[in-house]
Amino acid sequence: MRRRDFVHHVAWTGAGIVYMLGAEGVVRATADAAPGTFSFVQISDSHIGYSGPANDDVRATLQKAVTGINAMPNQPAFVIHTGDVTHLSKAVEFDDARAILSTLRAPLITLPGEHDVIGVEGPKRFAASFGRKDAAGRGWSSWDQGGIHFVALINVGEGETMGMLGEEQLAWLQHDLAARKPETPLVVFGHVPLFAVYPEWGWTTSDGTKAIAMLRRFAAVTVLNGHIHQVVEQTDGAIRFATARSTAFPQAAPGAPGAKPGPLKVAPDSLLGVLGYRTVQVEGAGSWRERTLAQS
Amino acid sequence: MRTALLGAAALVALLAAAPSPRPATVVHIRDDAFVPPSVTVRAGDQVTFINDDDDAHTATADDASWDSEGLNQGQKWTHAFAKAGKIAYHCTVHPMMHGTVIVRSGS
Repeated sequence: MRRRDFVHHVAWTGAGIVYMLGAEGVVRATADAAPGTFSFVQISDSHIGYSGPANDDVRATLQKAVTGINAMPNQPAFVIHTGDVTHLSKAVEFDDARAILSTLRAPLITLPGEHDVIGVEGPKRFAASFGRKDAAGRGWSSWDQGGIHFVALINVGEGETMGMLGEEQLAWLQHDLAARKPETPLVVFGHVPLFAVYPEWGWTTSDGTKAIAMLRRFAAVTVLNGHIHQVVEQTDGAIRFATARSTAFPQAAPGAPGAKPGPLKVAPDSLLGVLGYRTVQVEGAGSWRERTLAQS
Repeated sequence: MRTALLGAAALVALLAAAPSPRPATVVHIRDDAFVPPSVTVRAGDQVTFINDDDDAHTATADDASWDSEGLNQGQKWTHAFAKAGKIAYHCTVHPMMHGTVIVRSGS
């Protein structure tokens, strides 16, 4: 399989089985990342500082995710945390999160969620704890690795920048993508979903359609977000969208009757089954695996 | 002794003459909404925001003039409104949540 095709050959599972979708149809596979292949891991929404009915020990569940990732025999090229590392942007929360995440064996890249930039001090604390030195603007960045062009967007912030990329970042993105050939595989990260999952709950990026329009000329695009604490997928042409599980607590399905966004309490023995992280293997099998913490 | 008694009496009289502070107006944050969504107070009055939700919220002025910062469930934050005016506010982590404080001048 060529790298450029990998997005056409990926699928999802929440049960630890990888389904690869190819031109020939659905093919079941069970292999983990094979030695020598390029892979990365996405974790999200750890909400360090939360303690409530939905999870009384979010540090322990983040630690369990880190332990599971560190136990992978073939270490990922990097681990990306797609935001809401903390719950209230408190200094102690950043300290606790950094203490756990710094034990990852693989390099860590961290994007902010809206819970990481609360108040005047939140953005400063996030930058001090997890900011990237080579980032532009309010923290967005891109890099090339494993034959893929990766883009990390920031769509959270105070007031009007919550759920919004903004003109400055969109201009940067247009410039960044202009130098890429259409066959270059793209993987785009951000906290809030770039596509409209459920705008009534703030589960969308208001100017995400402008970014999506820039992605359409590429043959294989994958957009990975957090924010909604569950896996929701959508395909739009050659663009594949997916949100991720949380390491802290689940949320209700988008627009579920009588539901609202926020921590969702499940039976204690079910919690680890709805928390997790995502492993993406790029070369070879070209598969994505959703691993719950119960499986770690 | 007599001087002390006179002083105490004067203090009691002073306290009796001073206007008692008005109780703070309370806004609850419940089910991802400010309840009530609009409150009217007098200049100098206080408003207390109480988070009843099992989720983090803020009460943050749209013009950034005041900010509760993050409130966990059960936490409260009080702000005194000195100037008359109409101030819109929101929750920074839930952009669909909006409220208004109307501050009238005079007593």
